[in-house]
Amino acid sequence: MKYTGNAIKYGDNVDTDVIIPARYLNTSDHAELASHCMEDIDKTFVNRVKAGDIMAAGQNFGCGSSREHAPIAIKASGISLVIAKSFARIFYRNAINIGLAIVECPEAAEGISEGDIVEADLDNGIIRNITTGMEYRTAPFPEFIQKIIANGGLMDSIAKGIIE
Amino acid sequence: MGMTMTQKILAAHAGLDSVQAGQLILANLDLVLGNDITSPVAIKEFAKLNKPEVFDKDKVTMVMDHFAPNKDIKAAEQCRMCRNFCSEHNVTHFYDVGKMGIEHALLPEKGLVSAGFCVIGADSHTCTYGALGAFSTGVGSTDMACGMAVGKAWFKVPSAIKFNLTGKLPRYVSGKDVILHIIGMIGVDGALYRSMEFTGEGLSSLSMADRLCIANMAIEAGAKNGIFEVDDITLDYIKEHGGAEPVIYKADDDAEYDEVINIDLSAIEPTVAFPHLPENARTFGQIGNIKIDQVVIGSCTNGRLEDLQAAAEIMKGRKCAENVRVIVIPATQQIYLDAMEQGLLKIFIESGAVVSTPTCGPCLGGYMGILAAGERAVTTTNRNFVGRMGHVESEVYLASPAVAAASALTGKITSPLEVME
Repeated sequence: MKYTGNAIKYGDNVDTDVIIPARYLNTSDHAELASHCMEDIDKTFVNRVKAGDIMAAGQNFGCGSSREHAPIAIKASGISLVIAKSFARIFYRNAINIGLAIVECPEAAEGISEGDIVEADLDNGIIRNITTGMEYRTAPFPEFIQKIIANGGLMDSIAKGIIE
Repeated sequence: MGMTMTQKILAAHAGLDSVQAGQLILANLDLVLGNDITSPVAIKEFAKLNKPEVFDKDKVTMVMDHFAPNKDIKAAEQCRMCRNFCSEHNVTHFYDVGKMGIEHALLPEKGLVSAGFCVIGADSHTCTYGALGAFSTGVGSTDMACGMAVGKAWFKVPSAIKFNLTGKLPRYVSGKDVILHIIGMIGVDGALYRSMEFTGEGLSSLSMADRLCIANMAIEAGAKNGIFEVDDITLDYIKEHGGAEPVIYKADDDAEYDEVINIDLSAIEPTVAFPHLPENARTFGQIGNIKIDQVVIGSCTNGRLEDLQAAAEIMKGRKCAENVRVIVIPATQQIYLDAMEQGLLKIFIESGAVVSTPTCGPCLGGYMGILAAGERAVTTTNRNFVGRMGHVESEVYLASPAVAAASALTGKITSPLEVME
């Protein structure tokens, strides 16, 4: 998969409570969740995010609660890819399971600034910062995970008999 | 090469003789858990399958605890969706208002988890059951849906950090202080993707309440799971609560650990995690004069009977400070009843605290104790992120029940040693 978009940049330890505050967890409606995405650390996010934008962040992105509402809110807000130095483990598997593209690449996460144009080719493990001209390499997902993603997420993989 | 305790449980549940760190496996599950926030998303995912059935009606459980008793109309709809699903699929262990408690206090109490189990729950604090010698980890709603349908989950086998415990906790120091101390030492991603395995002669002085609290907050260090070696204290607890026959796994002598950390329990002091991360741990020499507006004693971390006993011992015959709102939340109906019979609720109410029905409510800023801008709370809960308990400009200080109780009396963050000695 290839992704191109404007970068929106955050720091370390962005937790699921700021990605989608618990006061909005009385719904699982994707659009409604997206309308409150990031509001406790960045009130401007929902107004400036455009379809295809790429989120870049520091260490331990998505730490805290297991709420799948967090990757759902990010995906529904239009973000096409999240690049971070590292991800909290539940967020990591939730993103894969719901089909939000994520990639762990400390160098790229460090080298991307707010507003940079970023291009990512995850099949070949290449991230390019068009604005700065820098290029970064990432490791591909393990085959098992690639299968889940290629089959449209975990539930579709079960439906197709990939996981029995 | 030998295996860690976690690796042995995962190998057994994947039908393999051995596994190693980094290996991807598909493991059979002994229990799949969800709550009123995460289950509705899982139910929608589950419905994507063709005429789906739950893999085992006795091995799926839903607990209405986060926004229950229903905090608003939307919460009521979510609980109804769970109720209807469990009714339709004859789910044995559905816990609604009147039977429910905070899930991670409730499941061990009901004997639904035993040593050697492999458990997933769509709640990050599912790691709590590691205290019983189970592999237990938090997942999202889609994993829960998959688990409900096929009784399996995929895992990347974790490496581990070994915590070798020695000594005995001093008076007024508890499991909460131990885990805040550890998170302060290794950081909120110090155990990322890994297991935290607790062993050593110091275990014998830790109650099940202490162990459940420590395992509960393993996720706050980023861990996949926290797990305790099984001993007589574990086995007695499982037997007393009617749990399934325990299967005891012990790490191999030659198991490889990323790191071994020695913890002398006798050196642990009352510890408080400052806003806005659980790793901001401080002891009383570094705290100063911090006035508070609210105290919460409860949650899946510290709402057990022993926690209420520790708080009541300090609050007995004393009054809560003026202008401090003190909210006590027994974690389950049984704990509520036991606390009532032991006279603890009377102590709390006479001191000026309120006692609530079991709910996660304020811990995640749901309801029952939301903070206004600029307000500060000392709480026995598990997270102090920005806006966790209310307004983004409010502050949450994480502490033990003893510290929370002492602070309730003085209106500022206070060591129990200061009040009691």
